[in-house]
Amino acid sequence: MVENKSLEEEDNQGSSRRDFLKKTSVMTAIALTPAAAIKASDLKLDEKLADALEQVPLSIDINGQHHDLKVEPRLTLLDLLREKLRLTGTKKGCDQGQCGACTVHIDGVRTNSCLTLAVMHDGARITTIEGLATGNQLHPMQEAFIKHDGFQCGYCTPGQIMSAVACINEGHAGSEKEIREFMSGNICRCGAYANIVNAIQEVKAGGSRA
Amino acid sequence: MQYRKLKLEVAVHNFQYTRAKNAAGAIAELSKNPAAKLVAGGTNLIDLMKYGVMAPDRLVDINRLSYNAIQKESGVLSIGATVTNSVAAANEMVLQYQPLLSQAMLAGASPQLRNKATMGGNLLQRTRCPYFYDISEPCNKREPGTGCGALKGYNRMHAIFGASDACIAVNPSDMNVALVALDASVQVTGPKGKRNIPIAEFHRLPGKHPELDNTLDRREVITGLLIPDNAFSKHTTYLKVRDRASYAFALISVAVALEMEETTEGTTIKEVHLAMGGVAHKPWRLTAAEQLLKGKKATVENFKMAAELAMQGAKSYGHNDFKLKLAPNSIVQALKTASGIKA
Repeated sequence: MVENKSLEEEDNQGSSRRDFLKKTSVMTAIALTPAAAIKASDLKLDEKLADALEQVPLSIDINGQHHDLKVEPRLTLLDLLREKLRLTGTKKGCDQGQCGACTVHIDGVRTNSCLTLAVMHDGARITTIEGLATGNQLHPMQEAFIKHDGFQCGYCTPGQIMSAVACINEGHAGSEKEIREFMSGNICRCGAYANIVNAIQEVKAGGSRA
Repeated sequence: MQYRKLKLEVAVHNFQYTRAKNAAGAIAELSKNPAAKLVAGGTNLIDLMKYGVMAPDRLVDINRLSYNAIQKESGVLSIGATVTNSVAAANEMVLQYQPLLSQAMLAGASPQLRNKATMGGNLLQRTRCPYFYDISEPCNKREPGTGCGALKGYNRMHAIFGASDACIAVNPSDMNVALVALDASVQVTGPKGKRNIPIAEFHRLPGKHPELDNTLDRREVITGLLIPDNAFSKHTTYLKVRDRASYAFALISVAVALEMEETTEGTTIKEVHLAMGGVAHKPWRLTAAEQLLKGKKATVENFKMAAELAMQGAKSYGHNDFKLKLAPNSIVQALKTASGIKA
């Protein structure tokens, strides 16, 4: 999928956000007083407002698909995935970097997608839970989580699995103690930790890598 | 924070974004715009922006600056400012020459956060005081002149050394505690050129200006850390006491670096550096305790005397009274571990 359109353009069916802002800011100015509107126009305040909310080009690879996008600087990687690209497998838990539900791989490195801005990853390669399986064949870690009941409600599971795959690839799954320490960034409120550790140990013993 | 508000959408105000190509570009952006901030890992800044605690109107992304090397030259280990905590903690030279730094960094945050958090950013990590984070509460650090909510509020995590009536917050970093024990210095570059700031002079006590965490000029860019060689690598310990086994901020932490010597009198301490975290607005160096231990035998009695001396001048605020006992016990425990003595 190659997109050259701004995401906002898609949402606004062709009318760009910048134009919209220009119009609304001019309308707001006119709604005040004629004098204020003239002054605002003289100072190019509409231009300034549009500039302030400028969108930034972003070229990013997500699960093997290339995207050319335009995004607001404030958009987190998590919100890009969930709200703009509809990849809702990555979960929003705390949105403060404390629960790990939003864990994805950026260039192979596990990261909390809620605490990083999309624009900071121009040219990056992102892998989410949707990109882990090969066709209909689940990743060994996904298989192991099912086999060992590594979840109850399932909300933290995509983050747990992404973190678990990275944990083994980093070489931090040598013992139960090491796994628990290096999986501590993923909180499970159902308390499936014992089974999660078992799942990781089985995949580690099988020598599987992402 | 004890409770979190349910938030489904981004609440961050909008801002402009620039990718700096070099340090000069970043300095220029900071110089022309007082409301601009640098962003590297962003794990603390973006969190604070979501709470509305910080609201820069321009972020200058410094991730593409070339401060990503770890080198050893003429008795000094240098670590670039944009090296991540994960990379530094696993680096062979860091493990060989400065294992205490690696231990401290691995005690901090989670693997995912350490993968993003940088050396420079960790130096600038802001306090986790809940009154600082809650914009409906008074806080002299966030909004000078509004008062301190923690002073008579819930202050379990707060300072016992060097606090003022204006602020009793603590520096939350583990890395910073190790850097203080290792006599590191911070390399910076700014409009007036380059300078090295000794780590002990980098972070500051709150005094009347708790809004200032450190002595860095607003237009300066941190480029790296320098750590001089030492003979501590065999006897270092970073003890972190916290509410969970992992992934929690320190109630108390102790960094110990010892150089031991076998003499006719037994095992003695040739050199010792000690620092504590979770107790002050800056990483707290235990100079008096170090002086007491230097040249002494490594015994529990001596460790207890040193811990008692280290606690002189400590003051608690109610909920954190327990730290007056936990801190000296932690010092003794960390010294026992580092020296390897059994009793």
